[in-house]
Amino acid sequence: MDMKVAKKLGLKERYNLMTRDLDWEPSYQAKEAIYPFLEYEGIKIHDWSKFEDPFRLTMDAYWKYQAEKERKLYAILDAFNQSNGHLGVTDARYINNLKLFLTGVTPLEYMAHRGFAHVGRQLAGAGPRVACLMQSLDEIRHAQTQIHSMSNYNKYYNGFQNWRHQHDRVWYLSVPKSFFDDAVTSGPFEFMVAIGFAFEYVLTNLLFVPFISGAAYNGDMGAMAFGFSAQSDESRHMTLGLEMIKFLLEQDPANVPIVQRWLDKWFWRGYRVLTLVAMMQDYMLPKRVMSWKEAWEIYAEQNGGALFADLARYGIKPPAGWVQACKDKDHLSHQAWAVFYNYGAAAPFHTWTPSAEEMDWLSSKYPDTFDKYYRPRYEHWAEQAKEGNRFYNGTLPMLCTTCQIPMFFTEPDDPTKICYRESDYKGDKYHFCSDGCKDIFDHEPEKYIQSWLPVHQIYQGNCFGPDADPTSPDFNPLMEVLKWYKLEFGQDNLDYEGSPDKKNFEAWRAQATKN
Amino acid sequence: MAVAAVKTYEFSPKDSQDKFPAPLLYIGWEDHLLFCAPFCVPLPPPMIFGDMLKGPLAGMFGYHPEFAKVDWDKAEWFKSGKPWKPDYTKSLADNGLKHKDVIRFRTPGLTGIKGSCS
Ligand SMILES: [Fe+2]
Ligand SMILES: [Fe+2]
Repeated sequence: MDMKVAKKLGLKERYNLMTRDLDWEPSYQAKEAIYPFLEYEGIKIHDWSKFEDPFRLTMDAYWKYQAEKERKLYAILDAFNQSNGHLGVTDARYINNLKLFLTGVTPLEYMAHRGFAHVGRQLAGAGPRVACLMQSLDEIRHAQTQIHSMSNYNKYYNGFQNWRHQHDRVWYLSVPKSFFDDAVTSGPFEFMVAIGFAFEYVLTNLLFVPFISGAAYNGDMGAMAFGFSAQSDESRHMTLGLEMIKFLLEQDPANVPIVQRWLDKWFWRGYRVLTLVAMMQDYMLPKRVMSWKEAWEIYAEQNGGALFADLARYGIKPPAGWVQACKDKDHLSHQAWAVFYNYGAAAPFHTWTPSAEEMDWLSSKYPDTFDKYYRPRYEHWAEQAKEGNRFYNGTLPMLCTTCQIPMFFTEPDDPTKICYRESDYKGDKYHFCSDGCKDIFDHEPEKYIQSWLPVHQIYQGNCFGPDADPTSPDFNPLMEVLKWYKLEFGQDNLDYEGSPDKKNFEAWRAQATKN
Repeated sequence: MAVAAVKTYEFSPKDSQDKFPAPLLYIGWEDHLLFCAPFCVPLPPPMIFGDMLKGPLAGMFGYHPEFAKVDWDKAEWFKSGKPWKPDYTKSLADNGLKHKDVIRFRTPGLTGIKGSCS
């Protein structure tokens, strides 16, 4: 046998052969027929080869790295589960963060998988196609590892069991859901700016740092492990997002205003979704990592500020809502948690008022605002609850048409006044929580007049099960909606005080730690 | 501006009045953020405005210790943010209220829990 020793290829050569080199010029189909979505957004690309591949990773290397990470992750998860790791968390209030994450964020990982698979098919350059394919695979892995690592909690605690069903139905879950639905129904370039850049690059640290550090601080090895396992993927995603935006800006000056508008829109959409993270950080983690305000200052103001200074040479300005978002940092978490405290009967996780010591922590982190505006509110609720008069708001709130969040946000310069904005379109009125959400609507009203607003859907009668009978004399619409959510009343919802979760956790922990 | 789309993009609005049992009205109480957001309720157009204050509004806002102290004769009203004077003896329709209108009221002297606008 004639043996030829193959010369080992260099990294760059190998990468080229296994990615760009696999592309070809079509001969019997027009390019526009193969890539039909490249023009309608108005973006002009002259030379796809100018796209700099942000990470030179070939498919075989990708599989090797990811398999290695999976092995480590599942070893940690097994150890955590077998040693009853769930009893080692600070207290069972912590577990409500996981419920919020599983119902609100994990389904978005799956949607990100679909989005990048779609875009990876539609972009005409081989470099970005390969990068999007890998991100698409990362994202489905994130969804799977999150479901796996949280499934152990489902054996012991309430509120996890119908996460996927609830994602499409429950009032506040329409916020993250509609955010991603908006992105995947955009064109391929808008999707890349929306998710690849605005979310993955500008905002992702604000989601992952509190969540993953929060897991570590609160003794949750399971959630911590999947966070670390996703982290090296995240840095790849950030690089792709940044490379894509620079590519768009360099290809044609006409792309600049389009990209700017997408940045304005998606910064604001993403920032609104992060409302949930703000309250997680300041109210839901029994052991706090840092305040939302501190996280905002580090990850948004410092890092984001440097980024926008860098993009200024292309004529890009910081997003339109930037200044307001920075002003809001003193208020956002307090106002958001108040919403969930109000509607604590209608959410499949528990709510509570902060303890006296936690209120002092909030005063120290928010010296200008907590005592003045928010302490009286939370103290009043705590006193009332003690007297057996726990507040559960029984009337449905007005929602913002764009972000779908109850209209709780206050005027940028007056935290005592709700911010109301409205537009008229074809004879109907539409309402918004902010200038940011109104601008998004005004630019594409055709899209947002179709918003599936949970409150309106309930009043239209679309949120009852097939066995509900609105004509029966004892018909209770709100209880019927909760049934349709598959929410077990008195078990999944209401205050943490008195919940089966709290009782069980304390009993099991006592068993594990006492004689 | 219009949405960027590959073909004609026209859909009917999801929240037109014909889809509801009654027109929607949004109602907020200024300076009382114990209620985190304004309310959204379908209300029949023939309902007398004064009856709405005693019935539905008491149900929505009655939990607040200051609600019992509200003097409706002194309340200041706003519609879409502009000062507005409803006639309490007339119906919602005769007061000009339409589907998805937003109204709010201020109750001078009542500033929420410990004056915090809560
Ligand atoms: Fe992900
Ligand atoms: Fe909004």
